[in-house]
Amino acid sequence: MNRLSVKLPGLELKNPVMPASGCFGFGKEYANFYDLSKLGAIMIKATTLETRFGNPTPRVAETASGMLNAIGLQNPGLESVMENELPWLEQFDVPIIANVAGTETADYVEVAKTISTAPNVKALELNISCPNVKCGGITFGTDPVQACDLTAAVKEVSKVPVYVKLSPNVTDIKEIAKAVEEGGADGLTMINTLIGMRLDHKTGRPIIANGTGGLSGPAVKPVAIRMVYEVSQMVNIPIIGMGGISEADDVIDFLSAGASAVAVGTANFVDPFVCPNIIEELPAKLDDLGIGQLSELVGRSHRL
Amino acid sequence: MIIQEQMKVVRHAEIAEHIFELTLAGKLVGEISSPGQFVHVRVSETMEPLLRRPISIASIDKESSQMTIIYRAEGRGTKLLSGKLSGETVNVLGPLGNGFPVEETAAGETAVLIGGGIGVPPLYELSKQLTAKGVKCIHILGFQTDAVCFYEEQFKQLGDTYIATVDGSRGTQGFVTDVMAQLHIDFATYYSCGPMPMLKAVQAAYSEKKGFLSFEQRMGCGIGACFACVCHTTEQTGQDYVKVCSDGPVFPAGVVSI
Repeated sequence: MNRLSVKLPGLELKNPVMPASGCFGFGKEYANFYDLSKLGAIMIKATTLETRFGNPTPRVAETASGMLNAIGLQNPGLESVMENELPWLEQFDVPIIANVAGTETADYVEVAKTISTAPNVKALELNISCPNVKCGGITFGTDPVQACDLTAAVKEVSKVPVYVKLSPNVTDIKEIAKAVEEGGADGLTMINTLIGMRLDHKTGRPIIANGTGGLSGPAVKPVAIRMVYEVSQMVNIPIIGMGGISEADDVIDFLSAGASAVAVGTANFVDPFVCPNIIEELPAKLDDLGIGQLSELVGRSHRL
Repeated sequence: MIIQEQMKVVRHAEIAEHIFELTLAGKLVGEISSPGQFVHVRVSETMEPLLRRPISIASIDKESSQMTIIYRAEGRGTKLLSGKLSGETVNVLGPLGNGFPVEETAAGETAVLIGGGIGVPPLYELSKQLTAKGVKCIHILGFQTDAVCFYEEQFKQLGDTYIATVDGSRGTQGFVTDVMAQLHIDFATYYSCGPMPMLKAVQAAYSEKKGFLSFEQRMGCGIGACFACVCHTTEQTGQDYVKVCSDGPVFPAGVVSI
């Protein structure tokens, strides 16, 4: 048996590593660098019902060991994703996790209903945590009642398991996690970005046109680890962990904290080969730890 | 093809105040297809600073597999880069984007190349390639002040070169558009790279002419995946937006809404 393999609701992963939504487009750019079939899965860019242009620029700003972004869910819309992006991805032997976003419950339901019928979409990732759009997104992810209701509404129409992407921008993430589990979520993905701001020294004004942006990169890893550690002990559904992963040791940490698989985001911008490199390094890391099967690492921190 | 390579530092020197000229060697040079393409440079092997820096290519020598990039060491990242010594290596991703179309100007025709500040470097390789095929090049280069001017001599060797400085410490006092207004030249094509207000003014002044503009925008990935560097397009195009990194950075005049 492949020692890196992971089995999750709807997902048979060759390995636990997948690019995170929003950091990998729909895969085309990275397919110029390596065979996407090497990946455990791909979380594609958030898809909304209609085409979205997103926020004004500048949309990114670098910060200490991290970056802020406020892209604003730019995407070609459901129809184009169904007709162009997903069929193109079928050439690869890799399960797709479709990130679903919207403004109202009805949008989420509509997108989920359609996108979950695509043959290579094996799971949905419900985006209730995007900090960069005025309506929808994070407003669902910061209220347990709304989060639960939306999860239930999407679960009702989806043909594939539903994972819910949690926001760290809450007082108690465990409360939201419990709520979406109650709503019928099959799994959790966490964390989305932390809301932050960077000012221009000369003008004193925010660099990002949106004012605030989502902080990602190695700077957020300790926050993500803590949240995965806490949530994984409260829920009975698996977690795909993310937040600042840039090397194989980070993967070990997230699994130890309680995640069953991981997603790599910002690091793809620094090194386009980061995902395949991590996958290649993992067996040696397991050897160093004297561990046979990767899944044995999951939740190691709780047992100490 | 885009490759990621540890390129060797051949030469590295400060050629004007905070302006550095870095010559790198590696097989990436063989992949460069047009002047105006850029590279994405990692200034540190660690995760701090995190992101790569997009820097335009100033000249290419395919025989020796060397290229020269010119950048202003202003922020944290470029200051770190400026400390790289000959013999050390730099992690470079590239070549990226689509450069200036040399084929849009025929031999015997005249092209005007207008650059501003750190937008000047890609025009140098462009001028080399245009003059090599028999195009007459006129260069109009704008800088803040004399201390940050660079490559005047190099451009003069390729064709007539006019300098404008905001404070008048070298050449014409004012902007490139002031030089443009004084010169009554007939030309076939213009090529421009520089800050957005300059591109806007140049495009407006030469609205009847065929031109190509190179844009700058804060970038994330540099390869078209992250949607950080998008620009709205004008109504004359069939699409809503373009990405500066992978659709550009060079676009025909009139495509990007400015």
